Amino acid sequence: MIPIARHSALQAVRSNLRPRAFNQPAASALARLLSTLAVLEQRDGKLQASSLSAIAAAQKLGGPVTAFVAGNNVKGTSAAEAAKIKGLDKVLAVDNEAYEKGLPENYAPLLVENIKKGEYTHIIGGHSAFGKSLLPRVAALLDVQQISDITGIESEDTFVRPIYAGNAILTVQSTDPTKVITVRGTAFQGVETEGGSAGIVEGADPKAPAQTEWVSEELAKSERPDLATASRVVSGGRGLKSKEEFDRVIVPLADSLGAAIGASRAAVDSGFADNSLQVGQTGKNVAPQLYLCAGISGAIQHLAGMKDSKVIAAINKDPDAPIFQVADVGLVGDLFDKVPELTEKLKSQ
Amino acid sequence: MASGLRILVPVKRVIDYAIKPRINKAQTGVETAGVKHSLNPFDELSIEEAVRLRERKGPLKVDNILALSAGGAKCADTLRTAMAMGADRAFHIDVADSNDGGLEPLTVAKMLKEVVNKENINLVLLGKQAIDGDQGQTGQMLAGLLGWPQATQASKVDVKDDKGTVEVTHEVDGGVETLRAQLPMVITTDLRLNEPRYASLPNIMKAKKKPLEKKTLADLGVEDKRRLKTLKVTEPPARQGGGKVEDVNGLVSKLKELGAL
Repeated sequence: MIPIARHSALQAVRSNLRPRAFNQPAASALARLLSTLAVLEQRDGKLQASSLSAIAAAQKLGGPVTAFVAGNNVKGTSAAEAAKIKGLDKVLAVDNEAYEKGLPENYAPLLVENIKKGEYTHIIGGHSAFGKSLLPRVAALLDVQQISDITGIESEDTFVRPIYAGNAILTVQSTDPTKVITVRGTAFQGVETEGGSAGIVEGADPKAPAQTEWVSEELAKSERPDLATASRVVSGGRGLKSKEEFDRVIVPLADSLGAAIGASRAAVDSGFADNSLQVGQTGKNVAPQLYLCAGISGAIQHLAGMKDSKVIAAINKDPDAPIFQVADVGLVGDLFDKVPELTEKLKSQ
Repeated sequence: MASGLRILVPVKRVIDYAIKPRINKAQTGVETAGVKHSLNPFDELSIEEAVRLRERKGPLKVDNILALSAGGAKCADTLRTAMAMGADRAFHIDVADSNDGGLEPLTVAKMLKEVVNKENINLVLLGKQAIDGDQGQTGQMLAGLLGWPQATQASKVDVKDDKGTVEVTHEVDGGVETLRAQLPMVITTDLRLNEPRYASLPNIMKAKKKPLEKKTLADLGVEDKRRLKTLKVTEPPARQGGGKVEDVNGLVSKLKELGAL
């Protein structure tokens, strides 16, 4: 062993003369060192869906995956939940109420401290409000250029992401030593949430001061499946004309399908539906089994958020609406007649 | 703390939101030549908010609104639009046009940090994302580099007192959240924040007389370092519409056929 090591060390010294011969060993050494930190999002002790997509993407990279979670007494709750996820190396947890709301001013230094300590090559979080707000700040503190909202991993330094509202697909290679990445939830799924037994390890806590104070929140309460992860989505647009009509027509259809409710920007701007239900480039990205929409024309900004759906069905009175160019099945007609009729049919089945 | 608000509004010239971009033959980017460009929609919201902060005559007076854009010569048009909406002056950071989306957000953030320090800025209002690169990073990176508080995706900005306490309501998954911080800070704007005004003809004329300074990255001591390499830009997989059905029964049976019901 020793003579071999010495021999290769000697070769390494000579490598300037024959750089080519060293490409292979260098690449595999890199692969061996690959180590990923998946940044988990938790709320009131429960892991959020974005956490699972971060882990799914991290596992796709290969190499050991450490999960990170911080907040109020997370060790007994969300960290324990994460420890059961199959295939994790360990779970780093920091119990401190200061991180409960995920405020980036103190959460970013917390992450940076743990990243530096663990020498991770990849930092992955979900492209949720939490990840979007936090990770660019982390990337800047590490002096690296983040890669946002990826939908594919080609290799440890090459990633695929949509640009121009999904009208173009960019393949990009990062030259940064540490890759900070957010991932699109609909593109990374399939984490096994049972069967793992990762150890929970105390993370470093630099206790950076929070510069912002959390005042309050107003979350839309809903018994429905979460829009971003629902297998069926029923969506309404400007064609619904008012909030009353939206509630009268769209809600029963969603009920009959057990679907989440979405909306176009026009419907949100007109006050028919809450902003958190907006589907599109600037709202949520969804990719359900069925996306059924009514009164939505299909502007590119809306298509950006739903065109990866498995099956798209559209009801619109304008036969030339762009939505029909992407819909697997289209029905031209007045939604105020057709949607209630459809709801009745589905109920009677 | 502050005697008044000295606001920086970075703006980006992007392909107009209503235009479907085309990918160039070499697959290195999208075609930009001869394509209508305009002010990034989220940046319009930040200019509007800066101007409204002035008009609201809140506890803190607006001293100055500086618009800034980095890019080729045509960015000057974008900056004139910003000044016609109410910005007082503008910096054009001259950067050669490129078809890979221009400067990386980290470079932009470093550039903005220098401007913030030199111009004694205490509030930076940015759009939450540019609709070309869809990255949504610059504001957060700037806040990180400056060590300032940040509020992303703001739907309401409220200056509470003359000490510079600011409350921001912002969009989060499933609803809104309200944060409180002290100036100086960085805020990124979301669609619900306001409705941008149209520049009136007299204001467009007046904007031509407002000061527009041309600068380079070198003037600010920032290097245009590219850390991401574009390997290719391709069309998304085309989706073929499956045609239309006659009635609701047809719709239901087609959905069953497709396995969606």
